[in-house]
Amino acid sequence: MTAGTLAVESFRPTRIALVGPPNSGKTTLFNTLTGGRQKTANYPGVTVERKSGLLKTPGGHPVEVLDLPGSYSLRARSPDEAITRDVVLGRQARETLPDALVCVTDATNLGQHLRLLLELRQLGRPLILVLNMMDIAQKRGCQISVEALSRQLGIPVVTTVAMRKSGVQDLLGQIDALLNRTPAAAGTAAIDDWVEPSPAAIRAYHREVERLLQEAVVREGAPERLTRRLDRVLLHPVAGPLILLALLFLMFQAVFSWAETPMDWIDGGMAGLQQWLSAHMEESLLKSLLVDGIVAGVGGVVIFLPQILILFLFILLLEDSGYMTRAAFLMDRLMSAVGLNGRAFIPLLSSFACAIPGIMAARTIAHPLDRLVTILIAPLMTCSARLPVYVLLIAAFVPATTVWGGIGLQGLVMFGLYATGIVGALVVAGVLRLTVLRGESQPLLMELPSYKWPNPANVLLGLWERAKIFMRRIGTIILSLMVVLWFLSTFPASPASATEPAIYYSFAGMIGRALEPLLTPIGFNWQIAIALVPGLAAREVAVAALGTVYALSGDEGAVTEALTATLAQSWTLATALALLAWYVFAPQCLATLAAVRRETNSWRWAAFMFVYLMTLAYLAAFVTYRVALALGGG
Amino acid sequence: MDEHGGGQERQLFELGRLVKAGLTQPLGLMRPGGVGRILAVRSGEGDVERGLLEMGFVEGACIEVLHHGFLGRDPLAVRINQGMTVALRRGEANAVLVGPLLDQSTGAGSASRQEGPIS
Repeated sequence: MTAGTLAVESFRPTRIALVGPPNSGKTTLFNTLTGGRQKTANYPGVTVERKSGLLKTPGGHPVEVLDLPGSYSLRARSPDEAITRDVVLGRQARETLPDALVCVTDATNLGQHLRLLLELRQLGRPLILVLNMMDIAQKRGCQISVEALSRQLGIPVVTTVAMRKSGVQDLLGQIDALLNRTPAAAGTAAIDDWVEPSPAAIRAYHREVERLLQEAVVREGAPERLTRRLDRVLLHPVAGPLILLALLFLMFQAVFSWAETPMDWIDGGMAGLQQWLSAHMEESLLKSLLVDGIVAGVGGVVIFLPQILILFLFILLLEDSGYMTRAAFLMDRLMSAVGLNGRAFIPLLSSFACAIPGIMAARTIAHPLDRLVTILIAPLMTCSARLPVYVLLIAAFVPATTVWGGIGLQGLVMFGLYATGIVGALVVAGVLRLTVLRGESQPLLMELPSYKWPNPANVLLGLWERAKIFMRRIGTIILSLMVVLWFLSTFPASPASATEPAIYYSFAGMIGRALEPLLTPIGFNWQIAIALVPGLAAREVAVAALGTVYALSGDEGAVTEALTATLAQSWTLATALALLAWYVFAPQCLATLAAVRRETNSWRWAAFMFVYLMTLAYLAAFVTYRVALALGGG
Repeated sequence: MDEHGGGQERQLFELGRLVKAGLTQPLGLMRPGGVGRILAVRSGEGDVERGLLEMGFVEGACIEVLHHGFLGRDPLAVRINQGMTVALRRGEANAVLVGPLLDQSTGAGSASRQEGPIS
């Protein structure tokens, strides 16, 4: 191909896909290649992230690099891996066939990683092999002849140390050479003929890898020792689970104590903004919409950003270091008892911050049934949006005394609420696997990668991605919901002869009062019924709504304080406990339902989740209320 | 390994001989510290066999059982060819038949390399 045709074609940058097994350092290499210039989007129909970035090779070719989900084989076992297969084969909707493939492998694990390369080579597309983590391989005394490997395979081979830009120039140079050599429209005949490898084909790949290694490996390296030594402790039958528990405890401590200061800042900032708007705007509907609707509503959600970021910091560190798979290993037996996979541990853990990232993390579970169960029980993990409600009710109704020698009763009740959610989730998972989602469980088969220090750039980029996703959600779904809710609770205006707060006469009030007869058996009064209407969109909004119903004014802190006193007087203990029980189960988060719809690609499962959680919430509140009444809590 | 004709027959005969002699056992019965060489990967369900093969459980590979879970000694952590470590449940592990490490006479192993890959 001549330079001329390339120049014409380069209006569309050359597209290169990074393919590699999990733990090959592919994403780190991608980050080094593209730096901050990367874009994350979703593939249509599924929420597998499509990560791409633009760069210019030394030869001046504009290149779009695509980071495909890690996969051991083109025989896809999970939705993530199916994307890799479909992109590589040019079968992915709205994604053209990549012009070249770069197969990233871990040089210390070539015996396992070269099979994917052989599968890719069968496709007959332009291909470069990257031996990544070459530094570690060399440190262990391993010598690989790059020339021999390249000759045997008939493709360019490059060695890199992804974390340190070393070899990246080499890779770019090879990409240049490949682009100058290969016509962009290399044959696709082999791609059309592609079939899933049979067991016999995989065995043949194994034999070919053996042969290649004999040709190319000059000296074998010493096996890894550190990971073995660490695992002897971290996977120890007694010490292992205890360390995991301690880590989880530390994590939750951090989520709640470290986040306090930034949350106060956000709270103060929002209150300041509200005051400023109140002082500088004419009394009008627009002011009401801005102050009571948008700033109060969005502020109530933004405040969780610090908690979510701290939780994700921990999760990213645990994942990047290699510990997360150990946690899944330790939890697998416990979770398989209710038909779950050890891998479900990670999404469920994320759900303690917010069910939405948890539901998204369930993508890594290959088996569709296992994945669906995990998604359906994720909202039972106590997310941070329930906290304001828990804190309010516990402060109002549970005395701040200690029991059993120094354990705070309030903290104990809080723990009980968390535990109820977890136990509820396990029971629901077990029941689902025995009824609607009956079927074989997925084999575990999970690589336990070598431990390594987390890469700060990877972790920071990951955190930044999470923050962006969260803020985008607030700017779209939550903002529009807040406007709708403001409309429902503002119109129609209260009549001149009003004796109740204005919200009583609004649409929200009407809906709430219509629901009241249904909620009386579980001890809810009309005030709660009304507060639950806006609370349906997002749990934490209920606190602000209760403030409105009880006609309290002032900034958020003052309302909460006054509300604590008001509730303690006007509700019975039984009602408060029933509301707490309700909150453990009730699906009061439209954004979660939207996420379930997107992840399962069907409204059916979102509706199923809504109905089963509503039923559980009603039953739990009913039983709690009746038992509390019988015990004299009326 | 040879998938066709006489090779397979001979291999099955050899396997039977080893099982009778008590020299082989399913991976799912092994304890931490146990080592051996994979003689066969066979499973009724095709996808389990392919999954095992893709994670490196192939005839001829050396394995070492490193750890087991704290409940019911399940799952297992198994190191393959002194390289990658893989977690799997005993149920799936039973599809992997393991023989003595130093026995070269099985004919089931195609690997001529003694110990692990380069790492």
